[in-house]
Amino acid sequence: MKRIAGINAPAPKHLQGYMAVLKPFDVAAHSPDGYIFTRWLAGMPWWTPFAMMVLVVLWPTIVYAQSGFTTGDAFGALWRWMPFLLTSGFLFNVVISMLAMAIGTVAGAALGLGQISPLKSLRMFAWFVTQLFRNSPWLVLLFIVLLALPFEITVFGVTVRIPDWMKGVFGLSLPVMANISEVVRGAVQSVPTAQWEAAESLAFTRRQILWQIILPQCYKRMLPPWMNWYAILTMATPLCSLLGIEEIITLSRQAMEAEDNHPELLVPFFGFALILFFLYCYPIARLTMRLERKFAVKL
Amino acid sequence: MTTASNWTPDQPIVSLKEVRKSFGALEVLKGVSLDVMKGEVICIIGPSGSGKSTLIRCINGLNDIQGGSIKVEGQEVHDVKLDKLELRKKVGMVFQQYNLFPHKTALENVMMAPLKVLKQEKSDVEARARNLIKKVRLEGKENSYPGELSGGQQQRVAIARSLAMNPDVMLFDEVTAALDPETVKEVLVTIRELAEDGMTCILVTHEMGFAREVADHIYFTDRGVIVEHGPPATFFTDASDPRTKEFLGQIL
Repeated sequence: MKRIAGINAPAPKHLQGYMAVLKPFDVAAHSPDGYIFTRWLAGMPWWTPFAMMVLVVLWPTIVYAQSGFTTGDAFGALWRWMPFLLTSGFLFNVVISMLAMAIGTVAGAALGLGQISPLKSLRMFAWFVTQLFRNSPWLVLLFIVLLALPFEITVFGVTVRIPDWMKGVFGLSLPVMANISEVVRGAVQSVPTAQWEAAESLAFTRRQILWQIILPQCYKRMLPPWMNWYAILTMATPLCSLLGIEEIITLSRQAMEAEDNHPELLVPFFGFALILFFLYCYPIARLTMRLERKFAVKL
Repeated sequence: MTTASNWTPDQPIVSLKEVRKSFGALEVLKGVSLDVMKGEVICIIGPSGSGKSTLIRCINGLNDIQGGSIKVEGQEVHDVKLDKLELRKKVGMVFQQYNLFPHKTALENVMMAPLKVLKQEKSDVEARARNLIKKVRLEGKENSYPGELSGGQQQRVAIARSLAMNPDVMLFDEVTAALDPETVKEVLVTIRELAEDGMTCILVTHEMGFAREVADHIYFTDRGVIVEHGPPATFFTDASDPRTKEFLGQIL
């Protein structure tokens, strides 16, 4: 952050004591914006995963010290299951997150442009859809999609099965869509109206102005919030386990059942999932905040 | 599309009659009339808040009006049937804050409208754009982005960008008001050359010396009306209205 003498940094020595200055806001304390989650995640120190690993190892040793099933046994089980949990489980979470992000981005961009349409009815419709999906609990949306969509559809005599994981992707893409819609609307509206006027005075049509002059100025400033939503989405993919989709949490539970459901397994297995999510999302969060600072209102 | 007008060059190229404009309850223009002949340079001066910028923005339809008429080459600007794009191809505008497109280089800024709006041949447009950049004395800055140019340089790119559309009339809205005193001159030189080339120019300005030098006619506005007007030779010395005298007394 920029240091401003007298605001969030001390005034120069020769000026101290000369001027009565209002106590500054605590500029480090951010008002709630779209980055709450990412800022929190990016604010963690780099050694967080190592600390988590230590905790994951220590916890069963301390808590279940007197049981016959040792920490060594628990980690032996985790070790056997690790490749499977990683390649079949976590990678599937990543695939789900990428597909949901792709669908959410395309649909959200369309919805966001709808929100700034000159057509009032389209604008109201896009606004309503955005608010509806932005403010609904993600899990509720997931269940609605799961139950409302048929398990197969027939188009021109061809029957296509919709697997549950596809429904999960679709269900997760809805809140992403609504939030990307707001990102697009906000970015377009952050371009000074003088840019519209300059282009209008050069006889550009509204469509040309939007696509050739306004949106190209928006891509950069849309990138950090877009990445922010990707990290949030990825962290939300374990919700799919509640629909029985075989992602990492579902598979972890199945693996623990296969290992006779020892309670000592819980922390190692779920801790492993937690560390994987952290390792995947932490760099994204760090990069997001760096880009956010770099692109911060600079005209 | 517009109907063919029977405008001939001996009639005013821009003609305002009793123009009224309000923002909500606030009436900014209270019946403004003025005529501009082809090749004329007119300056509109007056205290801030007197409606100068609003007036000039009405001429290319950036602001709508509530009464009266504005004609450019015989075409009513605020006629709902009028194709605004056709009007804007004829009327160029330069703004106080330059408003260059920040994601495009100087050359691209100049080329964009002829390429995308007029759909002209790229090689022709580029040759013309390079000439215009030379004309505003920015040779060598073709590939600079607006953020890399000084205010005066950006404003000259903005003038070149507007000229690239080959307009018949140029509107200048306080184009030197945001500039450092040193760079004001380079922009004024560019405008003077334009005026000498016979371009019809309507300027809103605070540069009295410049107005006196280049204008064919000066209009003084205050509180939404034109208080007084005349050629610079008599306007600055023989102002009769007390408001004009007071304003000129403060400025000169």
